[in-house]
Amino acid sequence: MSITTLADKINEANAEGRTALIPFLPGGYPNKDIFWKEILELDANGADIIEIGMPFSDPVADGPVVEAASLKCLDAGVNLKWIIEGLAKVRSQISAGIVLMGYYNPVLQYGLEKFAKDANDAGVNGLIIADLPYEEGVEFRDLLAENEVALVPLVGLNTTPERMKLYADGGNGFCYFVSVLGTTGDRDSLPEEIKVGLKNAKEIFDIPVALGFGLKHPSQLIPLEGLVDAAVFGSALIRHIDDGKSSAEFMKVWKK
Amino acid sequence: MKRGYYGDFGGQFVPELLMPPLLELEEAMGRILKSAEFQQEFTRLLKDFVGRPTALTHCANLSRELGFNLWLKREDLAHTGAHKVNNTVGQALLTKMMGKPCLLAETGAGQHGVATATAAALLDLECEIYMGAVDVKRQSHNVRRMELLGAKCIPVESGTQTLKDAINAALRQWIANQRTTHYCFGTAAGPHPFPLLVREFQSVIGREAKQQFKERTGEMPYMVVACVGGGSNAIGMFHEFVNEKSVKIVGVEAAGTGKPGCTNSAPINLGTPGVLHGMNTLLLQTDEGQILPSHSIAAGLDYPGVGPEHVHLHDCGRAQYGMVNDSQAINAFHVLCRKEGILPALESSHAVAWVLENKDSIPKDANVIVNLSGRGDKDMGILEDYLKQHGK
Repeated sequence: MSITTLADKINEANAEGRTALIPFLPGGYPNKDIFWKEILELDANGADIIEIGMPFSDPVADGPVVEAASLKCLDAGVNLKWIIEGLAKVRSQISAGIVLMGYYNPVLQYGLEKFAKDANDAGVNGLIIADLPYEEGVEFRDLLAENEVALVPLVGLNTTPERMKLYADGGNGFCYFVSVLGTTGDRDSLPEEIKVGLKNAKEIFDIPVALGFGLKHPSQLIPLEGLVDAAVFGSALIRHIDDGKSSAEFMKVWKK
Repeated sequence: MKRGYYGDFGGQFVPELLMPPLLELEEAMGRILKSAEFQQEFTRLLKDFVGRPTALTHCANLSRELGFNLWLKREDLAHTGAHKVNNTVGQALLTKMMGKPCLLAETGAGQHGVATATAAALLDLECEIYMGAVDVKRQSHNVRRMELLGAKCIPVESGTQTLKDAINAALRQWIANQRTTHYCFGTAAGPHPFPLLVREFQSVIGREAKQQFKERTGEMPYMVVACVGGGSNAIGMFHEFVNEKSVKIVGVEAAGTGKPGCTNSAPINLGTPGVLHGMNTLLLQTDEGQILPSHSIAAGLDYPGVGPEHVHLHDCGRAQYGMVNDSQAINAFHVLCRKEGILPALESSHAVAWVLENKDSIPKDANVIVNLSGRGDKDMGILEDYLKQHGK
């Protein structure tokens, strides 16, 4: 599967006149028995790309909702092997692109080369590593690219155009723009300065720009029309599932 | 060597949102630290406020018993009772000169929290301290001290509710408040440039010790010894001696109960390479890269990682790193109290214990300097609990 798939998925949604949808769930959430059913449900209900979280004991970029969900998964025995092997089994039933998101240490312990190969074999299209900035990630990015897995660049409100250019040079998949100076977790409003950051990202990256962290409702995207190609939502989805509601129902709100 | 690395260790493994403040800090270090204005004021504060130089004490009674000369570099005599204040006064002054009004810090035992709150009060900075909820309970005395000094102490309820989780919480808070706030990191660990910055401020320990020892004996010591949690007091002592090839350098990690497989705080001896808190270092972790809880009776050593420069010094053979267990540290605590009239922190007791445990391998008439990183008043509660549990 080609690393252009992620961009293609977003471009296809945009061509239909809508923002691409990227739901996030930690691997094994809400429990190991029904996790893959949830993923299939997200796929069947409009997800263009699905992000699967790779739980880590010390997730510094995550807010309380994602952290608690991830720790619950770890307690249940979820690890990278479980996620990759499980994905390989269901991948042919999923039409959405698949991105794994997590932290560097579990991937490092898995083995970078083995991870790149196994991820590709399992049908992973992209990887987001929250604590791997450009300077530390160049070699791994190339290794992933050899295995047709994109290392998705993660930038934010305080990323200068100069640093965005570093990420853009060789960056693939899509650009993940973090909406707030903060951790994951939905918020009622997004900062006004986000528009400048998104404009810079749109000019600098020749891949689609996804907005994540802080999204709670599609109405938040209205003032950002033309600046956001895809929307990522995690905490709001996790809370929805915690309330005993279905992923399908959650996706309906965003598909409108 | 790659920028921000010590051999293969170090680096900047942080979310991109933290790269701008780290780059800003690096730039400020280059611009401000060498300036005459900073150096003059820092030197004045170390002398007038911290109480430097701290004494170099010859332990005459113990030296007679051991057959070699034991010296103590007395960081317990620094203001607030530990070496931590060297670093916090330096970082607070740097923060002030960077034009930021707030300090943020994490703390385990509470010593770094107290030292940060102290420096913040002195330099009129706002101050927030993150502390694991478990540590808040076992170090309530230090929480009260921080509050009296005007700091806000925030308990961290996530994870193991200890130092590593306090660091996670502080890093998150720094992401959100980076424009107004400097993260006053407490040890020579974390993402570049913190290991360098903290070493810069703590290396006064080794500089003074070397000068004081030379003035007293005209020689170099045979060995310098310091306890290692994150490793700030140790790197402060070691840095001045790294290029003095005749001087043996010994770091001492906490082995917990010392029983095979016990929870410990000895990543150099018992850990494996990995990435945590912005650095590539040695860690206590599972095969799958999840961070394991650490333990030491000395709360200040209770950390699953270690500063990257120590790992490099170990890797290249310049320093050796031993281990001491809880009971050996308690024994050393008592020995120093009774024989020398000095009540050491349980952290520093590990360094003293290593010397006592290895006395037969140290030549007669050798000169050994132990960095006494802090005083033991803070540990009275822990000590009483330990002695009760062990029927003593």
